Amino acid sequence: MFETDFTFNDLLFMLQGAGVTLAITFFAVTGGTLMGLAFGVLRASVRPWMTLPLVFVLDVFRSVPLLIQLILANAFQAIAGFGMSPFVTSCIVLALYTSAYCTEIVRGAIDAVPTVTRRAARSLGLTWGQDMTQIVFPMALRVALPSWIGLTLGVMKDSALVLWLGIFELLKSSQVLITRLQEPMFILLIAGGIYFMLSFPIARLGGHLERGWKEND
Amino acid sequence: MIEIENVHKSFGALKVLKGIDLTVDKGEVVSVIGGSGSGKSTLLTCINGLEPIDEGRILVDGTEVHARSTDLNKLRRKIGIVFQQFNAFPHLTVLENVTLAPRKVKGMGRKEAEEIAVRQLEHVGLGDKIKVYPSRLSGGQQQRMAIARALAMSPDYMLFDEVTSALDPQLVGEVLDTLKLLADGGMTMICVTHEMRFAREVSDRVAFFDQGVMAEIGPPEQIFGEAKNEATRKFLSSVR
Ligand SMILES: Nc1ncnc2c1ncn2[C@@H]1O[C@H](COP(=O)(O)OP(=O)(O)OP(=O)(O)O)[C@@H](O)[C@H]1O
Ligand SMILES: [Mg+2]
Repeated sequence: MFETDFTFNDLLFMLQGAGVTLAITFFAVTGGTLMGLAFGVLRASVRPWMTLPLVFVLDVFRSVPLLIQLILANAFQAIAGFGMSPFVTSCIVLALYTSAYCTEIVRGAIDAVPTVTRRAARSLGLTWGQDMTQIVFPMALRVALPSWIGLTLGVMKDSALVLWLGIFELLKSSQVLITRLQEPMFILLIAGGIYFMLSFPIARLGGHLERGWKEND
Repeated sequence: MIEIENVHKSFGALKVLKGIDLTVDKGEVVSVIGGSGSGKSTLLTCINGLEPIDEGRILVDGTEVHARSTDLNKLRRKIGIVFQQFNAFPHLTVLENVTLAPRKVKGMGRKEAEEIAVRQLEHVGLGDKIKVYPSRLSGGQQQRMAIARALAMSPDYMLFDEVTSALDPQLVGEVLDTLKLLADGGMTMICVTHEMRFAREVSDRVAFFDQGVMAEIGPPEQIFGEAKNEATRKFLSSVR
């Protein structure tokens, strides 16, 4: 049989890391999605030139490697004396990073709603807000969901980079155990398995919702 | 009454409406015919304020559509419009498509809204489709649903924009029959149409649009029998 010094406590240690990964992902995706919704609706509703500054900033978040953003943000908040913990800094950076992608997903999905459908809604007397909540969001959600799930899973994996700020998330916990136990393959297998178990429900949720919608087509 | 006075409208450099004057009385049915790009659809979208205008004014029951002080959401309740392209709300059932506006805009209760919706859907021959999603409907059924959806708001005016032009020929009849029924019931209607027989049989007056100008208007017998305008005669001979 396979021999290992890996103990139940080590597994708990890794699960704790997984909890941190999950927490960071949750805050980043929640914050990023809310911002992405606001920015995306704005982008889809006003003339393109009016959102140019916003687009520029979001492009920066999309093009600068996340690791550099994390380290710069952490250094900046220290210099500025914000006194934010690495965890908070990480959540904010990742949320902005997520919002940059989410904005484009939302804008694209809103643009995919045919003009005539929206005109039909408005011509029935629905207000702009009612058109948005009753017609545009439900229709756009179907378009956006696959990309949004991809984004969420991506952010969960990218969140491993916060270990550079000294945060003990899943990958960092694994590293510590690897150094101590010298069983890299075994521990990485477990880490990979945990990542998979975190991602799986999210991926399934998408499939589940889409199947429900398909029945109407 | 719909009063259109000297309406001008451009998209960028393209002048689409060049001074339209038209008054439609209560209970009147006016058909609008004319070549592609002559501004027929644009005029309809101006009437319910979906498009701004550059000059002139449009009054609906004395309310100026494009005045700043006008509550468009309120005004639109009494102007139903059905578009050329299919425009069902795909995520809602046929019944929900029809009850949405009465519930959200008029604040009607579910039961009352559904009663009205079922009545309207039965009226257009869709009584057996209320639980179905629009993607399961034929083109003709989708257009009839759109008509029922507009009628569920009990509008005083109905605007129809070539509601049969996207349909297979065998489905055109059922939709036109629906429009006829409505006209016979005394609804005030403006129908943009390519169906000359329909225009002739149903309209009180027929208007011919030519490149952003209303070149001629008159009773169907006159337009189809002895059109004064050269362009009208040319157009009619081309569609026959
Ligand atoms: N939103 C828009 N932006 C720019 N140009 C437009 C827009 N809507 C219409 N146009 C142009 O305005 C002109 C008139 O269009 P309109 O749809 O009113 O014509 P129509 O008489 O309804 O033609 P058809 O019989 O083909 O439906 C066309 O040249 C069209 O390309
Ligand atoms: Mg048209």
